[in-house]
Amino acid sequence: MNESLIVNLSIIILFLPLLGFVTLIFLGKWIKKLHLFEVFILGLALILSIVVMYAKLSFYNVKDIVAAFTWISMGNAPAIGSINIELGIKIDNITAIMLVVVNLISFLVHMFSIEYMRGDKRYTRYFAYLGVFTFSMLGIVLTHNFLMMYIYWELVGLSSYLLIGFWFEKKSASDAAKKAFIVNRIGDIGMFIGILILFTQYKTFTFDVIFQQIGLGNLPFNSTAWLTAAGILIFMGAVGKSAQFPLHVWLPDAMEGPTPVSALIHAATMVAAGVYLCVRIFVMLTADAMLVIAVVGAFTSLIAATIALTQNDIKKVLAYSTVSQLGYMVMSVGVGAYTFAFFHLVTHAFFKACLFLGSGSVIHAMHHEQDIRNMGGLRKKLPITYYTFLISTVAISGVPFTSGFLSKDGILAGTLAFGKLTSHWLIPAMGFLVAAMTAFYMFRLVILTFHGEPRDHHKYEHAHESPFVMVAPLVVLATLSIFIWYTPNPFAPADGWFLKNWVKTPAQVTPVQTRFEFMKPSTEEAKAEVHGEITHSVEYTETMHWAHYPAMILSLIVAGLGILIAFMFYQWKKISADKLAEKLKTLYKLSLNKWYLDEIYDATAVSGTLGFGSILAWFDNKIVDGIVNGSAHVTQLVSKFSNLFDTYVVDGFVNFTAFFSGFVGLSFRRLQTGKVQTYIIFVVFSIIILLLIFKPF
Amino acid sequence: MNYYDIIFYLFAIITVGSAVFVVTTRNVIYSAFFLLFTFFGVTGIYVLLGADFLAVVQIMVYIGGILILLIFGVMLTNTITNVEIRTGTLHLLPAAIGVGVFMGAVVSVMIWTDWKSQPVANPVTTTKSLGYLLINEYVLIFELLGILLLIALIGAASIARREKE
Amino acid sequence: MLQVGLTHFLVVSAILFSLGIYGIVTRKNAVMVLMGIELVLNSANINFVAFAKYGNYGLGGQIIALFVIILAAAEAAIALAIVLNIYKTFANVNVDEIDKLKE
Repeated sequence: MNESLIVNLSIIILFLPLLGFVTLIFLGKWIKKLHLFEVFILGLALILSIVVMYAKLSFYNVKDIVAAFTWISMGNAPAIGSINIELGIKIDNITAIMLVVVNLISFLVHMFSIEYMRGDKRYTRYFAYLGVFTFSMLGIVLTHNFLMMYIYWELVGLSSYLLIGFWFEKKSASDAAKKAFIVNRIGDIGMFIGILILFTQYKTFTFDVIFQQIGLGNLPFNSTAWLTAAGILIFMGAVGKSAQFPLHVWLPDAMEGPTPVSALIHAATMVAAGVYLCVRIFVMLTADAMLVIAVVGAFTSLIAATIALTQNDIKKVLAYSTVSQLGYMVMSVGVGAYTFAFFHLVTHAFFKACLFLGSGSVIHAMHHEQDIRNMGGLRKKLPITYYTFLISTVAISGVPFTSGFLSKDGILAGTLAFGKLTSHWLIPAMGFLVAAMTAFYMFRLVILTFHGEPRDHHKYEHAHESPFVMVAPLVVLATLSIFIWYTPNPFAPADGWFLKNWVKTPAQVTPVQTRFEFMKPSTEEAKAEVHGEITHSVEYTETMHWAHYPAMILSLIVAGLGILIAFMFYQWKKISADKLAEKLKTLYKLSLNKWYLDEIYDATAVSGTLGFGSILAWFDNKIVDGIVNGSAHVTQLVSKFSNLFDTYVVDGFVNFTAFFSGFVGLSFRRLQTGKVQTYIIFVVFSIIILLLIFKPF
Repeated sequence: MNYYDIIFYLFAIITVGSAVFVVTTRNVIYSAFFLLFTFFGVTGIYVLLGADFLAVVQIMVYIGGILILLIFGVMLTNTITNVEIRTGTLHLLPAAIGVGVFMGAVVSVMIWTDWKSQPVANPVTTTKSLGYLLINEYVLIFELLGILLLIALIGAASIARREKE
Repeated sequence: MLQVGLTHFLVVSAILFSLGIYGIVTRKNAVMVLMGIELVLNSANINFVAFAKYGNYGLGGQIIALFVIILAAAEAAIALAIVLNIYKTFANVNVDEIDKLKE
């Protein structure tokens, strides 16, 4: 297995879903069962990506595989230098892993959708959209430059728009699609500006070249401030796509799309893109940028967790839990725990996809009932769904022996170390608080949905376990939520092959003075850093070791506490949730109404835009139109003068000319008798005159 | 003053005198007959110039053809019964003055110009030479003129025969 | 002066030419105009033949004169046909009154 084969396979993987999309969009109307072709294509892509991952991790573990060609050559512009825009792919370890994650979840979602979407009038188009969605995400994963990433980024935005608004007959669905698109656009503007800052300096979009230049001390506009700004601006793109505060509002609304699409968005394709972007640009983040990212992530996870506590829609709870977990990942990037951020991205993708597909199974069984207050007791009716759902819930809550425990524990340890080293203790505090809340609301969801007595007997009677193609993905995903896939020791994630062999923190390229203290290499390591091997100081490694057990114990305690409280509230009914809600009415309302963020946006951003629009309209009506009308008046006046001038001077001259010509014509008309004989006389006289002039005699 | 000169003056007077009558008399028939004398005078001048074949052609074509044609034209265009064969005139005075001055000028040019003069010593009969030239050196023009004449006759017949719409 | 030379022929020709012009200009009748034209052609012919003889140019001048006569015949035939047609159309042949195209 050589490099070019891996590259070729990757390109095939990239374009297979696009092939499916094109086939389905054009032929879907005529050929029955064509969606199975799309599913088959995704299966093929999955197999190929497993091959690629295996080859990459086994044979090219350290080396990155890059293949690129010059797409546009802008020549050698004077004073700028040569500008070449490349297209290419870069396969490093995280790319290889992401390929499998994306393709696996996409394949399972396709499979799940066969049954879930059966009978929809735009059945094949739905699969076509899924195909283009997968294609876009694979593009983001594979690309080796910012420009292509931005293009695929927008493609992801587009396909999410199409899928969220798939049932566009519903106004809420089309509104949600528009909201997702517009909110994402706000983040994308920042990302675009950030990319252009880098492009202005380096005349290239390619990751490696830019990072290398930064490493050589060539900073945008020779200023670390600009580097920080570029980092934060590109992170804005991640804020939009990964639904970070304050642009997280689109994600819960995106629940209007079909549930498998939600699974795809939340697990593999869309929101993962933001975190993936953070991971990609990690090496060029300065300390300031990282702090911003950490704070944004922590705050997002806290806010989303508090909202998730009180939601009653099964999908809304999961949506806010996704936002919360994404906040975790972003925070993890911010505190420098790069490997754990990516680790959590992968583990979260599996259990969150499982949760969403499980909720889809429940909704399917309950005939599109989404309110958990009308469920209950479904454990008997939907045993497979229940157990897979439970495993995933355990995983997301951070209970030992699950993948979630490994990654969350790592993140919490990272924040703890960060807090100790930089005295930002608020971030680990938020992290642990969110861990407790996550355990609480996830178990609340499980208990209300599956335990206890059925509250809606009619729907309960008709509920039934989903067919094979729907439960099989659940089983696969639930299996992947077990620790064994990632590490042999369920209490030491860093010792597992995933982190020890596959994913390593890349060397920072930012100038040393702009890094956090703990990111600076120690003196004797400075030499080693030249080779890009070591990124953290010894101090940091020691602190991480120190933080490992406290973090683990703490997270176990908070998770257990959360689960316990959830059981107290909802299973054993020791405490009445309603009474508590009554007592903490303000807080309850705040959480239930999502901190009134939508209302605030309505009041500020939306109405502000509208108000601004009406101001602009007024400006247009009064001032611009006034200017236009004024100039029209002036023009009229001028034209009046010019009319007078025309009438008397120009026309006078013209008329005089005409009159003169007429006069001359009249005089000469006498000569034009039409009689040849007269002309001959003239000729004779002319000859006489000529003779008199030349006097030949 | 030898016979040659006398004969020249005779023919010159005949030519010019009858020509004057041609252009001055009002009667078209008279004009036609005076034109006959003019042509005759011109024929004499040709003979004096040693162009015997041309003189014969002049008589045959002009007097025997063109003049008869003109008289036919006069007869056909002026109904015989109520004869209106007197022609009107127009701008006589300017024409007389103009043509008089013109004639004076041209004649003076002819007289005072120093013409090259190397007359052929003894004119011989020209018919044979002309015939030789016509079908050797000028054969193309000769043929073209033949065709032209044919076309002209056909065209003339066709135009004259056209019925009034 | 009395010794006849080239000049004498040329003078006769010039007078004949002027009379032809006079006839063309003053006559109203189209046939008369044609007669004037014949006079002009004859004067030109005299010039050709005279120059040919006194210039010692061979028979070229006589040939040209012959061609002119042929052309004159053709011209006379066509012109008379046209005159006949005009007469059929306008019932007269006065060239000053046929001015329908003048408008």
